[in-house]
Amino acid sequence: MARKKTVLKSATAMENPPRVWKFGDDIDTDQIIPGRFLTIYDPRELALHAFEGTRDEFARQAKEGDILVAGRNFGCGSSREHAPLALKGAGIRVIVAESFARIFYRNAVNVGLLPLVCRDTSGISDGEEAGVDPGAGVLVAGGRSHPLEEVPRFLQEIVAAGGLVEYARGLEEVTTCRKTTRSR
Amino acid sequence: MGQTLTEKIFSARCGSPVRAGEVVMAPVDRAMIHDITGPLAIQKFREMGGTRVADPEGVVILFDHQVPADSIEAAQNHVFMRMFAEEQGIRNLDLREGVCHQVMMEKGYAAPGEIVVGADSHTCMYGAAGAFATGIGSTDMGFAMKFGALYFRVPESTRVEVSGTFPRRVGPKDLILAITGDIGADGAAYRAIEFAGGTIRGMNMAGRMTCCNMAIEMGGKTGLVAPDRVTWQYLAGRREMKPFPLDADPDAVYADRRSYDVSELAPQVAVPHNVDHVVDVGEVAGTPLDQVFIGSCTNGRFEDMQEAAEVLGDRSFSEKVRVIVIPSSRDEYLKALRAGLVERFTVAGALVEAPCCGPCMGGAFGLLAPGEVSLSTSNRNFRGRQGSAEAKVYLCSPATAAASAVRGEITDPREVS
Repeated sequence: MARKKTVLKSATAMENPPRVWKFGDDIDTDQIIPGRFLTIYDPRELALHAFEGTRDEFARQAKEGDILVAGRNFGCGSSREHAPLALKGAGIRVIVAESFARIFYRNAVNVGLLPLVCRDTSGISDGEEAGVDPGAGVLVAGGRSHPLEEVPRFLQEIVAAGGLVEYARGLEEVTTCRKTTRSR
Repeated sequence: MGQTLTEKIFSARCGSPVRAGEVVMAPVDRAMIHDITGPLAIQKFREMGGTRVADPEGVVILFDHQVPADSIEAAQNHVFMRMFAEEQGIRNLDLREGVCHQVMMEKGYAAPGEIVVGADSHTCMYGAAGAFATGIGSTDMGFAMKFGALYFRVPESTRVEVSGTFPRRVGPKDLILAITGDIGADGAAYRAIEFAGGTIRGMNMAGRMTCCNMAIEMGGKTGLVAPDRVTWQYLAGRREMKPFPLDADPDAVYADRRSYDVSELAPQVAVPHNVDHVVDVGEVAGTPLDQVFIGSCTNGRFEDMQEAAEVLGDRSFSEKVRVIVIPSSRDEYLKALRAGLVERFTVAGALVEAPCCGPCMGGAFGLLAPGEVSLSTSNRNFRGRQGSAEAKVYLCSPATAAASAVRGEITDPREVS
């Protein structure tokens, strides 16, 4: 029984490897999760409505390990943390974009997603098989490598902890106006 | 080397010189949560092991997105937040006062030199009071509530100098739409926008709030106006604080400098579905409308309603459009009521609602059906922002909204006598 399950799982993984979900510039948080779903806080439930009305197949087909790739200013607009949570609930762990809107970027790191900047995503196509090696700093999509920038140093500890909640749990108090690092 | 207004504020709060690009753990003077982002912030605060909020006096709770509760879920969120406020001894304004940003300003919860955070992107509006104010997510807010402090990367600044006198029926909203169109949706990303120049100095607080409110639409971390006589007069009676000088140094270093002259500015409209897709009203005049919304944190103040009423005159709104007017706070509502504006709008055919975010929330009420077109004095025209993703939202000033509501189509307010 157990063995059969394992075989099925690996067969599925081979037939259905992680793919790219490609989006354009200025994808706002109202598109990622429309306002009428903001009474929901559970990531899996939010994921059912991700991109509802603008890209319905995302909620139906996105799966664990898929990579969202976008152009400039991804996540602009509202501070709603429902947006990164909806993507997390859909199985997305890594978002690659040419640039991110500030609040979304920080929210993504805080909830344990990895937002990575790639200077030029124009050569990456929707549906391409993809994988990210954060250590090596590359996104491999459709067999081609795309260089990724590092997360700013002051956020790396939060990323390493798995999010701000995990990072903050270990803190008793903070010293205000402690200058940490100069970010890039 | 001189400092920007933002560097001045962080340096003063940190007690030592701080430069753009540095990352500091800075004290938070005030933190605001509302009914959409608050429940998650409280949950994150608890998940972080939080039991007591570091500074209950510094936290403000209120409800504005779904008031009165439009669903059982919203009602439950309100109950959850009320309980937290009581447990922690936090000030809870509940649903009594209005839209969070307007209320934060009029209660004097943001003042020159302070660092203020809010779990809402338009928190940048309080820069009109000379505060460094920025929108954050719920997890950051949980952290700020637990520790009374938060990590900030001190932003670089864009200096925007505005000169000239506004032509008739052109005002601050037209200016900020024009600036957004010029700078672009991410042209001020991660930066503070410092508004300065004679036109800003000559602007009342309502106009300054409209401008600072939309800094986020250019990717800005905040928008600020250095405090002057207008600021201190506004704060008098709202806040016990002695005026003190606070301004950028003449030799401050800016990432970008822009200057604008409003003398020839036409009424501006942002067309679907991007806030930086801005045109002169003439280019879209005649576009048929289904709904007109006058309100929001951007343009729901008494001055905005007065501007709309002046254009409306003693006419009626077109029967082809649904006109929704929502004052941004109880104070603004009362001012409009006492000036006879609520009656004027109601007689003209509008629905005047109690203070709240209204259609701009995109989930409570006033939603659009597929194919419908709305003209709105709010700040975002994103796809699906006011209901169906198949609807269209245009953004404009209160004057343009009123003129258009009279004709039932987008109309240049200068054409309505």
